[in-house]
Amino acid sequence: MLHLLTSRAAPPSRRGFLMATLGGSSGLALGFALPESLAGGRAHAEPQRTPSPFAGYLFIDRNNTVTVLSAHMDMGQGIYHGIATLVAEELGVPVADIKVEGAAGNPRLYGNVTVGGAFQLTGGSSATPSSWERYRRAGATARTMLIAAAAKSWGVAATEVTTEAGSLVHASGKRATFGEMAEAASNLTVPTEVTLKAPAEWTQIGADNTQRVAGRDKVTGAFNFTIDIRRPGMLYAVVAHPPRFGGKVKSVDATAARKVAGVVDVITIARGVAIVARNTYAAIKGREALKIDWDETRAEQRGSDELVEAYRRALAVPGTIAAKRGDVAGALARASKAIDVSFEFPYLAHAALEPLDAVVERKGDSLEIWGGHQLPDFYQAIAAQIAGLTPDRVKMNVMPTGGGFGRRAVADGDVIAEATEIAKAIGWTAPVKLLWTREDDMRGGRYRPLYVHKLRASLGPDGRISAWHHHIVGQSIAIGTAFETSLVSGGIDPTSVEGAADMPYAVPDLQVEVTNMRAGVPVLWWRSVGHTHTAYAVETAMDELAVLAGQDPVAFRLKHLANNSRERSVLEAVAAKAKWDEPLPLGRFRGVAVHKSFGTVVGMVIEITATGPANIKVERVVAAVDCGIAINPDVIRAQIEGGVGFGLGAILHSQITLTKGIVDQGNFDSYQVLRFDEMPIVEVHILPSTRSPSGIGEPGVPPVGPALANAVAAAIGKRVRMLPFDKGLSA
Amino acid sequence: MITIKLNGRQQTLDADPGMPLLWAIRDLIGLTGTKFGCGIAQCGACTVHVDGVPTRSCQTPLSSLGSAEVTTIEAITGPVAAAVQEAWTKLAVPQCGYCQSGQVMAAMALLSENKTPSDADIDAAMAGNLCRCATYARIRTAIHDAARALA
Ligand code: FES
Ligand code: FES
Repeated sequence: MLHLLTSRAAPPSRRGFLMATLGGSSGLALGFALPESLAGGRAHAEPQRTPSPFAGYLFIDRNNTVTVLSAHMDMGQGIYHGIATLVAEELGVPVADIKVEGAAGNPRLYGNVTVGGAFQLTGGSSATPSSWERYRRAGATARTMLIAAAAKSWGVAATEVTTEAGSLVHASGKRATFGEMAEAASNLTVPTEVTLKAPAEWTQIGADNTQRVAGRDKVTGAFNFTIDIRRPGMLYAVVAHPPRFGGKVKSVDATAARKVAGVVDVITIARGVAIVARNTYAAIKGREALKIDWDETRAEQRGSDELVEAYRRALAVPGTIAAKRGDVAGALARASKAIDVSFEFPYLAHAALEPLDAVVERKGDSLEIWGGHQLPDFYQAIAAQIAGLTPDRVKMNVMPTGGGFGRRAVADGDVIAEATEIAKAIGWTAPVKLLWTREDDMRGGRYRPLYVHKLRASLGPDGRISAWHHHIVGQSIAIGTAFETSLVSGGIDPTSVEGAADMPYAVPDLQVEVTNMRAGVPVLWWRSVGHTHTAYAVETAMDELAVLAGQDPVAFRLKHLANNSRERSVLEAVAAKAKWDEPLPLGRFRGVAVHKSFGTVVGMVIEITATGPANIKVERVVAAVDCGIAINPDVIRAQIEGGVGFGLGAILHSQITLTKGIVDQGNFDSYQVLRFDEMPIVEVHILPSTRSPSGIGEPGVPPVGPALANAVAAAIGKRVRMLPFDKGLSA
Repeated sequence: MITIKLNGRQQTLDADPGMPLLWAIRDLIGLTGTKFGCGIAQCGACTVHVDGVPTRSCQTPLSSLGSAEVTTIEAITGPVAAAVQEAWTKLAVPQCGYCQSGQVMAAMALLSENKTPSDADIDAAMAGNLCRCATYARIRTAIHDAARALA
């Protein structure tokens, strides 16, 4: 629910490197060309670009290469391709001709519109909504200026100049590429108003193809992530972190570690002990040789079982009210038919395949940082403070990342802070690449919080839901972080109750409450955030109520949805596509769920075969999606497929548990995620829409769990309320 | 000093013979297409070919290689490589792309052995390659597609 953040959460400095170094230079240059000496080897070139008239959103060089600067990090969700499509559409070039690079350092240009624009943010499935106007406008502005430049140079009226796949053309036969006209265009005044294409004129927005920006580089090994950055003289670092959250270094014996071949230095930093070495292997070997005494006086010593017990006890005490209408207690007391169920959701690790990492390099009085910056302005301010520089001296290189799922948006910039501290501790003598190994990543906290829910609901004599009482107990993601003031009000962290407090079904008497627990285990947003657990509770309860009412689960839901609700259209669509009204072959069972998150509604029907608790196979998932205008239908499909696989793995297998404060899992042998043979066929149907686009990175996740649980209940009569299924099916 | 045969060339490295091939390739030689995901042979991101056999480079010490021929994603050539890369691109398999070097290496090895893999063959061959973006269904389709192209 990052979209709830407001400008109050802005980092201390809004000034950025880009603005400071580029904003002051003279003249505007649309036609930007690299110095010849750099043209061949762009990789480490840091050309001094002048801001284009398109306010730093795109550059066109003499060779007609269009480079779009993305305000959002791509972690696989496809935003680079989305933004390229928006620019391509309005600029009039094929999307295949566009390159995209990450940008940062100027909230005025790149601030996330959905949070008020005060800072840059990739998260909360907000990149598309934030980019929708911005990047179409950038493309249209550039096209308008190129046309004006051509008209001027050819001595014709601008209205007579048209564009054709990256070229300007005139009826007289005159022709120039955008690149040839770019420099001239850069000398023109930037128009304040441009007209965007009408939807009927779109040729690229909504086009159903499988193109992807840099798609080819991702199958040749050429695509670079932070982990692939190499700088001259670079050293490699790993950090030994305390085994319990909240632990601190008491003393270190680094004698043996320093003797490991390739180890350059051993440094105690705020969060542990860093080993700096000539390569990753030496750093890891050095770390193994460390002897560290930890001060655990303030460390979390409880295990997850104790936490669950404490949370269950908290269910007995009323929480803070997040939503209330009517008189729930009275209605529940009157009811003759009711359900009374409780749920347990484990901590979950993001476990993106590229673990956390960062590269820091200081040159003179400026610092450069490569990383998966979902919150670059925050990280810039943090690094600047550590380095004793002003933020405008810190250049943030936003790298595409090998997954993210929310893990790279942390208020305290964990891995960035560590890398900067290490580079500083070695006197800025070399660039440093910090890598968290898989174990560091998995044991490093920032989990989807552990939650316990209790849900009581009743049916009236008319077979409709009469009362709904939902109590959620768990850690708040925002409380105690820099996001607290902007997100939390009246003790309610919306990320704990989203999807529950605003559940879509018409219920006369409703109460949703939350109890915020304190624990030393750091927590964070995890792909679809609160919806990961609220959708499960709401949509499985709906199923149980339907059964209790003796009604079909789809019909029962529809009865409680307003006529104009988007959930209704999506549910109807998915039921039709999955042929819900027709019987299934023998041995097949199905379940349904529908859920809105981040402005996007997704409905799913999941078909399984099951012969018993140990023998459940997900065969097919039919999904219907309403995400507003579909910019890239195939990216939407991919995100739903990915959301299904990501969600299924978590629901079936994943859990982070702690014993006496120590995380039990460390790698993919103990933290199970979805593997190849468990992936079902996913069929995605996108509803036509004229609404502005909403996000798609997260909304595919929430309905997976409840749809599967409902299918399993239909198959073997077991309601799984303790997750993951590996645990709950046998409980 | 230890010498390995990598991508058709002898590479002499000043490295601990116990160093996993993965870190030698990435940190010492500078070929970064091969990725680190787990370090314990659980994810497949680091898959290379050792004498044509898909191998987890994170669990392959340099000393174990002898005169074996190591091939990384940067050096794959031939019709199978081309068919796999083409199918992957055409079907937009990659999301973040981080696992895909390993997926391509595993798929190539499968198709070199088995011209017409069944779904079960694909499941078995690809079981060790994780994709956190869950591109599995597309990988399956792409392997069938590449097999058809090679037929
Ligand atoms: S890094 Fe080698 S298998 Fe995961
Ligand atoms: S494409 Fe992201 S891990 Fe596979």
